[in-house]
Amino acid sequence: MKPTFLDFEQPIAELENKIEELRFVQDDSVLDISEEIARLQKKSQELTKAVYSKLTPSQISQVSRHPQRPYTLDYIANLFTDFEELHGDRSFADDAAIVGGLARFNGQSVMVIGHQKARDTKEKIRRNFGMPRPEGYRKALRLMKLAEKFGVPVITFIDTPGAYPGIGAEERGQSEAIGRNLYEMTRLRVPVICTVIGEGGSGGALAIAVGDVLNMLQYSTYSVISPEGCASILWKTAERASEAAEALGITAGRLKTLGLVDRVVNEPLGGAHRDHGQMMIALKRVLQDELKELATKPIDELLKNRMERLMSYGRFKEESA
Amino acid sequence: MSWLNKLLPPKIKRDSRATMPSAVPEGLWSKCSACEAVLYYTDLEANLQVCPKCNHHHSVRARARLDMLLDAEGRREIGAEVKPVDILKFKDGKRYPDRLSAAHNDTGEDDALVVMQGSMNGVPVVAAAFEFKFIGGSMGSVVGERFVRGVQAAIEAKAPFICVAASGGARMQEGLNSLMQMAKTSAALQLLTEARLPFVSVLTDPTMGGVSASFAFLGDVVIGEPGALIGFAGPRVIEQTVRETLPEGFQRSEFLIEKGAIDMIVDRRVLKDKITTLLTLLLKEPAVA
Repeated sequence: MKPTFLDFEQPIAELENKIEELRFVQDDSVLDISEEIARLQKKSQELTKAVYSKLTPSQISQVSRHPQRPYTLDYIANLFTDFEELHGDRSFADDAAIVGGLARFNGQSVMVIGHQKARDTKEKIRRNFGMPRPEGYRKALRLMKLAEKFGVPVITFIDTPGAYPGIGAEERGQSEAIGRNLYEMTRLRVPVICTVIGEGGSGGALAIAVGDVLNMLQYSTYSVISPEGCASILWKTAERASEAAEALGITAGRLKTLGLVDRVVNEPLGGAHRDHGQMMIALKRVLQDELKELATKPIDELLKNRMERLMSYGRFKEESA
Repeated sequence: MSWLNKLLPPKIKRDSRATMPSAVPEGLWSKCSACEAVLYYTDLEANLQVCPKCNHHHSVRARARLDMLLDAEGRREIGAEVKPVDILKFKDGKRYPDRLSAAHNDTGEDDALVVMQGSMNGVPVVAAAFEFKFIGGSMGSVVGERFVRGVQAAIEAKAPFICVAASGGARMQEGLNSLMQMAKTSAALQLLTEARLPFVSVLTDPTMGGVSASFAFLGDVVIGEPGALIGFAGPRVIEQTVRETLPEGFQRSEFLIEKGAIDMIVDRRVLKDKITTLLTLLLKEPAVA
């Protein structure tokens, strides 16, 4: 797959183009230019390292939405076996913006659920750009309840711009569907591991992100409102999105410092999209450890910890009036 | 512009617009924003801010709301000691602490939720009300914590919990901590459920975003005030997304009840008695006279 470069990656893109050209020349050249290629490749790597060592929140937000970033179904295909997708909320429709089903993780039965984005236009429309409607959240809840019934751990992947703001979505109770999930996930009697793999867009993300552990990939984001939305409300123009991204504190590192995220999973050099294989290995290791760790705890202890953690969210001061 | 306006010289036009509201002595007269009837403020107040002419439900401040719902005797405020902090050093046009103190000066409140323990027609309850004038009734850490403390007080007193929502959603200035208040408030309701205590959720104009999509619809009974705008996404956002004109009355209480989203629409003037009846029924207690 030929990489797509973001605007701030242009110097890397130029170098990569040059390497590509040289490779092409090398095929029918008598001269050996492999040394030159190797030199440029090293340079490109160093440049990538330099660029990625000082990404701004707004650049990270671009990486989190990179069109070649692995999506939920990519993780499912690589980290799980025997995936049996289960469809529908049993009352209205099947929402393709959320996928879910039974699968094996290292041989163990799990329920895996996640937002699903897409790469080509037709598929993007079918997946509604990863923006679920109420039936998506209700399907997710149905699958979680199924997992609970059979004592199967739940693994969720979060990657959405947000819940869909549409007429039908409102008519069918978008608010209720999200609120219901928050309420039910609090007391779901199986381990729940949540990982933000791309874009954690507000309530639409949170609706499948209440659990025992919250991971974030290094260049994923998680925010109460999109930087663009925040900018258009507070700065009255979406063009100030980069300032909003900075102010909102949406990056994995910042949220870890704030105590809202448990673990930051490092991504390959240049982001998950540059090396899917390596990203899979890194995330698999983390999920493996967490599943094992959670399995040692009795479920009541797990639920107690989950509740304590939920109650601890927020910062305030206490002083008598 | 009407023909009369066109005839008037510009200066008079400007004057008439600028002086109209202030020509009315502050606090004596009030104009209904729905039917434009001019009303004695005291009449409007005695009618619980419901227009006697057109029944439009005007917005109500948090403490006034609790006054309407709770008996006068034996009230105790809960969570007043919880106060906001600027976690992110958030700054847009204005620093967040400046926004907070401006909101404090406007409303006399420290944050957007007021919680009180008391009774309703003699039935012990804990009731919470949103102050919409405090940064749009937005939910940040303090709102979440006060909500939880209210739920805990209800559990201790074995009393039902009531919340009257009026909010634009989560408070952006506290970033992800605000989003997490959605999970926190919803989780607290599990504790109330485990104690088998009722939660009555009253949705007033407006109840949107993160408040709507968390505890608001988790009521054992969900009540809408007449004409209240209630929804996840704001009408403007939806219009921009779907590029269609929204149906008449979209996201209003009357629309929601038709869609099956709420249990009932209750006129504010009978809200206290209605909630009391519902609570005694759920608690299997005799009717209150």
